[in-house]
Amino acid sequence: MAKVFIVAEHRDGKLKKSTFELIGASAGAGNETHVALLGDGVSDLAMELGTYGANKIHLAQNPALKLYNAEAYTHVLAEMVKAISPEVVLASHTPTGRDFMPRLARRLGVGLASDCISLTFEGANIKVRRPVYSGKATAEVEFLGSGPRMATIRANALGAGKADASKSGEVVNSSASPAEQKTKTTDVVKGASARPDVTEAAIVVSGGRALKSGDNFKIIEEMADVIGAAVGASRAAVDAGYRPHRDQVGQTGKVVSPTLYIACGISGAIQHLAGMRTSKTIVAINTDPEAPIYQIADYGVVADLFQVVPALTGEFKKIKEH
Amino acid sequence: MNIYVCIKQVPDTETKIKLNADSSWIDTAGIKWILSPFDEFAVEEALRLKEKNAGSTVTVLSAGPTRVVEAIRTALAMGCDNGVHIEIPENADNNYAAKALAGALKKEAKVDIVFTGKEAIDDGSAQTSQLIAEYFGIPAVTVVLNVEYGATSLKCKREVEGGAFELIETSLPALVAAQKGMNEPRYASLPNIMKAKKKEVKSLKGADVEASDADQKIRFKNFQLPPPKQAGKKIAGDVPVAAKELVRLLHEEAKVV
Ligand SMILES: Cc1cc2nc3c(=O)[nH]c(=O)nc-3n(C[C@H](O)[C@H](O)[C@H](O)COP(=O)(O)OP(=O)(O)OC[C@H]3O[C@@H](n4cnc5c(N)ncnc54)[C@H](O)[C@@H]3O)c2cc1C
Ligand SMILES: Nc1ncnc2c1ncn2[C@@H]1O[C@H](COP(=O)(O)O)[C@@H](O)[C@H]1O
Repeated sequence: MAKVFIVAEHRDGKLKKSTFELIGASAGAGNETHVALLGDGVSDLAMELGTYGANKIHLAQNPALKLYNAEAYTHVLAEMVKAISPEVVLASHTPTGRDFMPRLARRLGVGLASDCISLTFEGANIKVRRPVYSGKATAEVEFLGSGPRMATIRANALGAGKADASKSGEVVNSSASPAEQKTKTTDVVKGASARPDVTEAAIVVSGGRALKSGDNFKIIEEMADVIGAAVGASRAAVDAGYRPHRDQVGQTGKVVSPTLYIACGISGAIQHLAGMRTSKTIVAINTDPEAPIYQIADYGVVADLFQVVPALTGEFKKIKEH
Repeated sequence: MNIYVCIKQVPDTETKIKLNADSSWIDTAGIKWILSPFDEFAVEEALRLKEKNAGSTVTVLSAGPTRVVEAIRTALAMGCDNGVHIEIPENADNNYAAKALAGALKKEAKVDIVFTGKEAIDDGSAQTSQLIAEYFGIPAVTVVLNVEYGATSLKCKREVEGGAFELIETSLPALVAAQKGMNEPRYASLPNIMKAKKKEVKSLKGADVEASDADQKIRFKNFQLPPPKQAGKKIAGDVPVAAKELVRLLHEEAKVV
């Protein structure tokens, strides 16, 4: 059993699924699970963390923590960790987690294993494995020296956390405060899309060059909306202007690890695979039976996507209605 | 302005990765090395900033074995003025590299801004930028899509999830980690490739910048190649039949919808 410290993440008044994953994994392994919740006016979220298995929730509220600010977060978290002395410190490998965790590691004088795809607890230690060379290999990370073991974990890698209304955690107000900052987060400009983010979604439907236009992505979006999926794209589709760069999956785009990845009209170039090969189930829809995507696909339909995608949308609707 | 760019040399994206005999690292024999793609955006941004500020210099830094000098030459051929190579071991971790790079920056007379890539495509750690800034004692803004440069400050657009952006203001000196989309990196012209060969690349040892093996905080071990995947099921039949069967399999067999 270890004393584990997890940094909760929230945006727009909602806790992230990836936070529940971390708490579920820690509590499920019988650890003493501490969770840090930073923000302003977020006390409502503290109770919810308890239902996922947090034993103690350390609440730090301050106007300087309203929007994510690397310096303010790092300062508060370093104070908390020093006071709590956990053996393990975890956060999700999200745009927020990956930003402050290295800074926190430096303040604590320890190393950080980032973007891990497996995590097991072994006494006061952890065993983690992470992809290297864009997923062409994986490596175990050995922590050298003493001090807390720190890791960021890829979203969807550990399996969803489960809420249990009968569980609750003790909420304590932390005295940790953010110091002066040289950096100010002045605003957060929201994205236009109501769909889930590609890096967080449990299902991702991606389209490639074969879509031939931005308009044609409508059929991809319709299917995505039926199954609550995010929409991704290959670089060829992004370079052609069919989708914005933030949707690009691959080496120079996003790395995703959903439970289901559906590649429509994507050949499966090595740089695309770099972004999605850790997906649990992969489906390919491609007219070319020799396309490299079929080498990693679990299921494939060798046919025209303009026929297959609408047909799938119809079938998905049927099972969703049941 | 005194502008700095930290770059990493990484295997070409097409490289087929093989492991060494005891799986303690990859087999580096025969690898074609390139400048990490996100670092190209960092170099380009540094050059554009120099072009807007007469009298500026752009210095490229890279920490690693001797081979990384080739990547420094690539950046010099794009237009950077001079380079610094800090010799550290092949498998040094991010902390070791960051301490060495910050140590090299501390030897410079004045540092106004440091550019890096948002992550290197070999370890994909996304750690070194923040660590350099921590060791050097300056603010860092990561995953930056756009910068508005003021005389003593910066306004950065930082990409976060769901297509949202954070608008971040900071004071100089600062570190900025580039995301794809920040600019369109230039190609090196032939005359510039020739000129780059004559530009100065200073050579430092870890000891010169107070970095040593004791700064290694993590080590990768037990490398594995992904297990070969079983051939998937290609679903036969007319489109309506195949679509129905695929959805059934996803629902009942894979249980993912
Ligand atoms: C440094 C570097 C970084 C890169 N980073 C990325 C990255 O991050 N992400 C990325 O995706 N790529 C990246 N690439 C590009 C990559 O090499 C490929 O060029 C790209 O992935 C191809 O996109 P595509 O599969 O959509 O297009 P194509 O390779 O052209 O494939 C289109 C596929 O659609 C099929 N098809 C055609 N018509 C139909 C139809 N009607 N129905 C069904 N199937 C059809 C074809 O058989 C073909 O297989 C990178 C390259 C480099 C050099
Ligand atoms: N050894 C190194 N030498 C110079 N710059 C580096 C080195 N390692 C990382 N960087 C910089 O830090 C960024 C992030 O790298 P990483 O933390 O490895 O993902 C890279 O894009 C480079 O700009």
